[in-house]
This record gives sequence, C-alpha cells and structure tokens, in this order.
Amino acid sequence: MMGSEPVLVAGGLAGGYGKKLVFEGMELEVRAKEVLTLMGPNGAGKSTVLKTLAGQLKSFGGRVVLCGRDMQEQSRGERAAKAAVLLTGRVDTERMTCFETAAAGRYPYTGRLGILREQDVRAVRDAMELTGTWELRDRELGAVSDGQRQLVMTARAIAQEPEIMLLDEPTSYLDIDRKLRVLRMLREYANSHGTAVVMTLHELDLAQRFSDRVLCIKEGRPFMTGTPAEVFRPGNIEELYGMSAGAYDCLHGTAELLRTGREPEAFVIGGGGMGMEVYRDLQRRGIPFAAGVIHENDTEYFTALTSAEEVISERAFEPVGEKAYGRARQVMRDIMARGGRVICCCENFGTMNRLNLKLKEEAGL
Amino acid sequence: MEKTAGGGKTRYIFGFGLLSVLALAFFCLNICLGSSDMSPAEAIGSLFGGGTESGRRIIFSIRLPRTLAAMLLGGALSVSGLLLQSFFSNPIAGPFVLGISSGAKLTVAAAMIFALEHGAALGSLPMTAAALAGALGAVGVIMLMSGRVRSMAQLIVAGVMVGYICSALTELMVTFADDANIVDLHSWSMGSFSGISMRDVGFIAAAAVPAFIGAFMLSKPMSAYRLGESYARSAGVDIRAFRTALVILSSILSACVTAFAGPVSFVGVAVPHLMKALFGTSKPIVIIPASLIGGGVFCMGCDLAARLMFAPVELSVSTVTAVLGAPVVIGVMLERRGRKNDGQ
Repeated sequence: MMGSEPVLVAGGLAGGYGKKLVFEGMELEVRAKEVLTLMGPNGAGKSTVLKTLAGQLKSFGGRVVLCGRDMQEQSRGERAAKAAVLLTGRVDTERMTCFETAAAGRYPYTGRLGILREQDVRAVRDAMELTGTWELRDRELGAVSDGQRQLVMTARAIAQEPEIMLLDEPTSYLDIDRKLRVLRMLREYANSHGTAVVMTLHELDLAQRFSDRVLCIKEGRPFMTGTPAEVFRPGNIEELYGMSAGAYDCLHGTAELLRTGREPEAFVIGGGGMGMEVYRDLQRRGIPFAAGVIHENDTEYFTALTSAEEVISERAFEPVGEKAYGRARQVMRDIMARGGRVICCCENFGTMNRLNLKLKEEAGL
Repeated sequence: MEKTAGGGKTRYIFGFGLLSVLALAFFCLNICLGSSDMSPAEAIGSLFGGGTESGRRIIFSIRLPRTLAAMLLGGALSVSGLLLQSFFSNPIAGPFVLGISSGAKLTVAAAMIFALEHGAALGSLPMTAAALAGALGAVGVIMLMSGRVRSMAQLIVAGVMVGYICSALTELMVTFADDANIVDLHSWSMGSFSGISMRDVGFIAAAAVPAFIGAFMLSKPMSAYRLGESYARSAGVDIRAFRTALVILSSILSACVTAFAGPVSFVGVAVPHLMKALFGTSKPIVIIPASLIGGGVFCMGCDLAARLMFAPVELSVSTVTAVLGAPVVIGVMLERRGRKNDGQ
C-alpha cells in the first residue's frame, strides 16, 4: 500500500459553480485501498470539491491526475471506467427497476446498444448483494425507501468496477445501522478490491472511525489534512467548525455543550463515568454546575471540562489529594451557601477517591 | 409490481405480439373501410393487383398512402415525443404540447402562402425544410425557457403559450392570404392524413426511417439519462452530443408530421406513456420500437375513427387524437403528483 501509485492526485485545484469560485488551493492524494474523507462545515465546499474531482464541474484551475494521467486528456469512457460517483439529491425515475439502476453502472463496459452480457449481469448482482439490495431488484426505484434508494445508487457505483469511488454523503437518508453497514461495506470493498474512496461525511465520529485520511476544508481552502489520529485532536474540530456552542470529544466521538458561564448552582461528585448522566440531566434543565473531584482519565472528564462551570480534577492513577479536595470543598460550600445542591453519583469509594467520600459526608448526604 | 426478469421478457414478447396484431388489423381495416362501396375482399384483392381499375385506383392513390402515412407519422410523433420527454426529463413533453408542431405549422403555412402567391405548389422537400426550420425554432425558444423554469407544469404552460402564439400568427396569415387554395391550407392546419400521395409516403419514409434508426441507436445513453444528467455524465455519456441528437431527431420527426399532416395533437405524449404501461418498463431499447409501432396503431385507429364516425363528414384527426390522448396526459400529471406526495 505504501509503495503503490496514487489513484487520484489533485494539485492547486480551484472550482465552483458558474463563475462563482467556491474553493481553491486544494491539494489531495488518494491511493488504492485508501479512504479519504472530506470534512468541514456546511458551505465549506466539500461537495463542490468532490464534484470537480468527478468531472461534474469544470475546474477553474489546477489539475487532477487520475491513474497516472491528466483527467482532461482522458476520454469520457476512460474516465467512467475508472471513477464512479454517488451524488446527493433524489433521482426521479419512471418505471425503472432497482436492477436497471444498478446496471446503469455498466455503461462504460457494454456495447453500442447497452445490452448486458453475462459478466455485466454478474457484476450488477455482486454489487447488489454486497449492498443488500438484490432482493429489491425487480422493485421500481421510485417505490423503495430513501435509504434503500441510496443503497441501490451505491450498488450502481460498485457495479461500475471503478478504481476510485467519489461519494457525496453516502450515509445520507440512512438510519444508524445502515450508516454503519454501508461504511463497513465500503471499507471492506476498498480493502479487498484495492479501490480508492473519496467521500464527504457529516458525521464526525464516522469519519474518524472509517477514514484512513481526512481532509478538512474550511471556507473553500484546505484547513488540515492527516490521519484521523492527527486531525482528531482537542481544539482542531472546534476550530474547523468555528464551534461556539460546544466541543467535540475526540476520544468518544461525541459533541458536548459548552458551559453557560453563570455561577454554578449544583455540585456533582463524580468519577468513573458516573457523573455523565447527571451532567446531561442538569444541562437539560438549564442548571449550571461544578464537577469534582474527578480523574483526568475518567470517561466524564472531557464532558466536565467542556460543560461544567468549574472542574476540580486529579491526575490519572493518583489518589485524590488534599489540594484538589480543599478546592472542591470550597466550591461545594459556596454553592451550598447560595442555596444550591450537591449530588453524589458515586456509590463505591476506594483508595483513589477516599476524599470524595469525605466531600459527600460534609454535604450531609 | 413483483415480477422476475423472465416475466419481463415474457411481457415484452406479449407486448410486441399484441402491437403487431393490432397494426395488421388496423392496416386491413383502413384499407377495407371507406366511403366508397367496396367489399373487404375486393379491397384486399385490389391491394394485390386484382379487382377493378377504379378499385385499384381508390386503394393505391387514396387508402394505401393514407394508411401508410398514418402509420409512419404516428410512429414519428410518438418517438419524437419520447425523445423530447428524455430531453426535458418531463413525462408530458411532446411535439404538440411544447408548441413544436405549431412552430412547424407557422413556417409551413408561410412557405405555402409564399409559393401560392408565386403561382407554384410547394414541393415535399421545401415544405419539410420549412417545417424543420419552424420546429427547431420552437424547440430553441422552449430550450431557452427551460433553463429558467423549474417545474414540469411551467415548462408545459410555456410550450402551450408558444403554440398559441404560432397558431395565432398562422391564422393571421391565412386570413390575409386571399386564395382559393387556402381551403386546402385550412384543412391541413387542423391536422389530417388526407391528400397524401404515394410519393409523399416515400418521402416521409426517406426522412423518418433514418431518424427512427438514429433514435434507436440513442437507446443506450437514453437509458443512462433516466437517472439524470449528472449520473449520465459520470457513466461517460457525452451530454452535449446526446442532447443535440435528441433535439435534431425529435425535430426531424415532428417536422415530417407537420409538413404532411399538419399539427396532430397529444400522440407524442400519450403513446409513449401507454407503451410504458403496457410493457411495464421505461427501457428505451424496448420503448422506442414499441412507441414506433404503437404510434402507428394509434394513428391508424384515430384516422379510421375520423373518417368513419360521422361519415360522410370527415373529422380532423387531431380531434380524435385529442379526445383519446389528452386524458392520458392528465392521468400522467395526476399520477406523478401522487407519487411525489408519497415520497415526502
């Protein structure tokens, strides 16, 4: 994989609609078996980049090299045999079965009249079985659900037997189970067939899980690129999306609401992940809170850091010390003095959080 | 809608079988039935060179060319409609509803009047050329507008308006052209298969048959185009060349009809739709030949009705095609609306 030639390379690519420039300076490279995900806020230009790579939109500048040759120099048929697309937007068909739809992917391979040969039928069947749509083959495309239609269109792209698949939001219209299934299927397909995949995704957690590389686009320019481990680091996602309402927990793949900035009205004694539900409950009810004493490796740590007005924490694997305990006691007393309350989520106390038990007792719980 | 791939094939065989039987039946009926007293046996006999001299004359100079013209022109209208539906991705597009027939009518009327004023009858070729110019002009106007209108209904309304403008201009010219031959023009401008000679039929065939073959050769990109322009492009269809071919072929076909039979309404919308229902598919490779034969059957039937229903008074064929075809158009619109609502 490391030594393989890139399937698609774009350099200094610029594009847009009509005369309106949407993105510029785009650099990207995908190799066989590699999944590259384009991420970024709405309107950043992800889909426009994808459509330009697919040759659906004329580029304003720069170049795209597909399988070692400039895309401009290749004929439509050559390009079609190498790159398949999945686009957003509903297709409106009339009396066209799901099988015919998937079979449309065989266009570059069939003869003058487009009659399917045995190997074409087999390729269509394989693609439909892979996407779990073979049972729908005789149903009309207009009569299946939006999710099923999305899968049939994905089967169409697979039936094209491309070197690279360019997929615009392949998970749209799909429920959570189907999202996972489709992405796992694409992942496995890329691995087993040596296909490169470039896709746009809105779901950050899924992008993090399924991509080999991520290209973040902000305001029509490349913002950051790298492996998920490189990109999904504290601060990056918030900056990419210009997040003001919350933060993204890169460890758990969850979005957390940002603290309110008001005086805390509740003190939550947490640890070991026990505080999470209480945090959420307080957020729903609009009660600002402080959290303590939790360890930096507790699962609720990131949430507390984002959502709590104040967090009193201890280093990982260390028993809660006097310093943290002292601060927590003061914050807790202030809250109680203002008429706030204390909630203790912990039932078990051991050596590491013995002082939390003391806090609990002091609060009269 | 549950059917297997094998069932589809059986249905195609059944469909083409049915169409062939109907085509043969209507051909015989159109040859046998008419205003003159001639028994069916006599008529068929005359067709194969038997019977009386006058019988043969009726058959070969009136009934046969008229029947063949109805068959060819009906096929031309249907295929033209199908191509236009593909072009505009609109199931109720057709040469008549988009004003293309009326555009051709306008230029043909102008050419006819011009020729009459110079004391000459208009030949087949210049007449067809005039019709083609008018058809392409109307298509051009509709294409300009189609870039701006988003809904299927708006496009049709625009087409109907173009048709009205062209018809009004034609009326204006006819009113001011004071010639006895204008009577001819009047019956032609209503749509009729009468007065077509065997020579005309030969000319129609020479223009329409290559267009039919051309249309059939477009069935592969047309099939891909059913998923929309973007997917067709990604599959390798040369969109510009394809769309140009669609416009030119559909214009040639509808120009042929208008030049020889005047504007014939609704066949182009109704027949492709009926064929899709009969065959249970929209595959162009099936629907193009089916529309060709089906259009022929439909127009032979309508012409028969136009001739016989109130004999000896003859109706214009458009009167019959409109009565039978317009409800189909309404049906398509209602069905599409229902489907759109289901999806949301």
